[in-house]
Amino acid sequence: MYRQWTRFFVLSLKMLNGENEMNGFGSVIKKEALYIMRDRRTMVITLVMPLILLLLFGFAISTEVNNIRLVAVVDRHCDATRDLLERFAVNDYFSYLGEVNQVDVEPLLRSGKIDAALFLKTDDGKIIPQIVADGSNTTSARAVTGYIMGVIGEPSASQPVLTYTLYNPQMKSSYNFVPGIMGMIFILICAIMTSVSIVREKESGTMDLLLVSPTRPGTIILGKLIPYFVLSCAILAIMLLLAYTVLGLPLSGSIFNVVALSLIYIVLALSIGLLVSTIVDSQLTALIVSAVIFMVPVIMLSGMIFPIDNMPGVLQAVSCIIPARWYIEAMRKLMIQQLDMAYVIKEGSILLLMTMVLLFISITKFRSSR
Amino acid sequence: MNRVVDIANLSHRYGSVVALDKVSFNVERGELFGIIGPDGSGKSTLYRILATLLVPDSGHASINGLDTVRDYKKLRTHIGYMPERFSLYEDLTVSENLNFFASLFGVSVQDNYDIIAPVFGQLERFPNRRAGALSGGMKQKLALSCALIHRPDILLLDEPTTGVDAVSRSEFWDMLSRLREHDITILVSTSYMDEATRCDRIAMIDRGHILDIDTPANLVSKLDENLYNASATDMFGLLNRLRELPGVIDCYTFGATLHLVTRAYFDIQKTVTRLTESGLEDVRISRAKGNIEDLFIKLTRDEQH
Repeated sequence: MYRQWTRFFVLSLKMLNGENEMNGFGSVIKKEALYIMRDRRTMVITLVMPLILLLLFGFAISTEVNNIRLVAVVDRHCDATRDLLERFAVNDYFSYLGEVNQVDVEPLLRSGKIDAALFLKTDDGKIIPQIVADGSNTTSARAVTGYIMGVIGEPSASQPVLTYTLYNPQMKSSYNFVPGIMGMIFILICAIMTSVSIVREKESGTMDLLLVSPTRPGTIILGKLIPYFVLSCAILAIMLLLAYTVLGLPLSGSIFNVVALSLIYIVLALSIGLLVSTIVDSQLTALIVSAVIFMVPVIMLSGMIFPIDNMPGVLQAVSCIIPARWYIEAMRKLMIQQLDMAYVIKEGSILLLMTMVLLFISITKFRSSR
Repeated sequence: MNRVVDIANLSHRYGSVVALDKVSFNVERGELFGIIGPDGSGKSTLYRILATLLVPDSGHASINGLDTVRDYKKLRTHIGYMPERFSLYEDLTVSENLNFFASLFGVSVQDNYDIIAPVFGQLERFPNRRAGALSGGMKQKLALSCALIHRPDILLLDEPTTGVDAVSRSEFWDMLSRLREHDITILVSTSYMDEATRCDRIAMIDRGHILDIDTPANLVSKLDENLYNASATDMFGLLNRLRELPGVIDCYTFGATLHLVTRAYFDIQKTVTRLTESGLEDVRISRAKGNIEDLFIKLTRDEQH
């Protein structure tokens, strides 16, 4: 592998000097770039999909709960209950729909017309509140009860509990999704596209012609990977631009660390693609293998959507071998918490190690399949 | 004459399937050597070994004295390989394809244009057309140009005429004849027996086994059997009846007629009468001149016995 890199380095130098000898390397890069650009559909998908996903997750899909439809059941009115219901009526997070009879609560919940009901019973002059929430969506039910309790307050507590949410005080879910989307997109573009492009050459027989030429196999593969690397860098730039402008992620010095770590992750995704291409023989299999073996775990187990801490122990262990998990974790620290590189050394070195191992395996495997 | 290709006891198997079984032959410089055999006879495996893409299980193959396993790096500049399907980049244009393969070998298209000119001529008119939009014959010519651009000593053409119309096929063989003026040795495989006569020498291969190697004329002269053409209105009925006759060794469809291989005592007149009596109409049997295909069928038949 060392020889490969020195050769790559020497070739790059020669290319800069415009020397003729590296013809093979340069022409593979040129050919691959032409091929990517010719295929308009792929080009559009790869450049537009990240934007759509980022904006979709950033704006449309959110785990915040707004407009909680609430009714109240009050057995005896007094100043305290009126004051309490008034507070719900003016609160932006609730749409208070008024009082109903106790028997009507269940049909309303069942038909989905309300999200929660608040029972206020007066016993011995003391108000005993009771919350009934629609638990069909546990996430929103938890948030709803939390909000309601927050509004009611804890009248008996002598010391109110102060809560601060650091780093993302408004609990904007768009922040949370940016690292996740990036972790997914690079696997999608690098792993799937490179594996499909290499396997396509195997399928059409052009790989045989490349191998029969005096250009070395390692040089050919490197030449094929570079255009995808450049494409991924362009996508990274677009995504960061969007995240820091449209989604309003706070900009800070950590952006350089974000870029550095993302580059490692891109190389890692490229080596996954290379590895897949050495194992499978048809474009369809390459697509399925990349999608099933790499995409699904990235979405389900990387912590992108479901928190890793909530998973059963076995799945937590499995998530450790998923590169996206470490990338997303590191990105959250760098982008949202704005921490220094020192705080992501663990994630960074795991990613680097994974990249090395994958690159080594895929190059060895590729060479042995001569 | 010096040997360009030297193949000795070459064997290869894929799992339990024997692709090549102790294949040995030589090809001399400037020869147009044909490898004739049906699909699955091991032709492509032989090509992949010669093109240094596959390491044989046993035996040796060398081109220009360079071993295909040991000296594969040096050997690669000597050979021009054209795989079974026309392997081109379909999304790249004609000239982009040609330039790409030239630069892969570190040569320029201008320097070597003289050698591909007779092949590339017709393609010159549309250098900016995508390779995928070309007709089968045009793709074949472009693929050949790409295989030739680095002036190889030996061309390995694996079924270059498969999937190409009859006119283009004939044109293609004319081009191969012209290429020999450049002192290029050509190894061409085909499953079309009628193309065999265009070669200097041919090797007949079946199930990984070389049946015979000689010039087409010598091979045909080896066909010492009694061969007849037979036809009737009901060809299928005729085939079944003929196969049951005692004097008939073999009967097989040959183009629009049947070919009949018989023992010496076979009598045309008697057979025609007998067949007509059994209800067949318009029965005709006449002496036929055998060709390579007949020989191939005879040799595979002899192998089985």
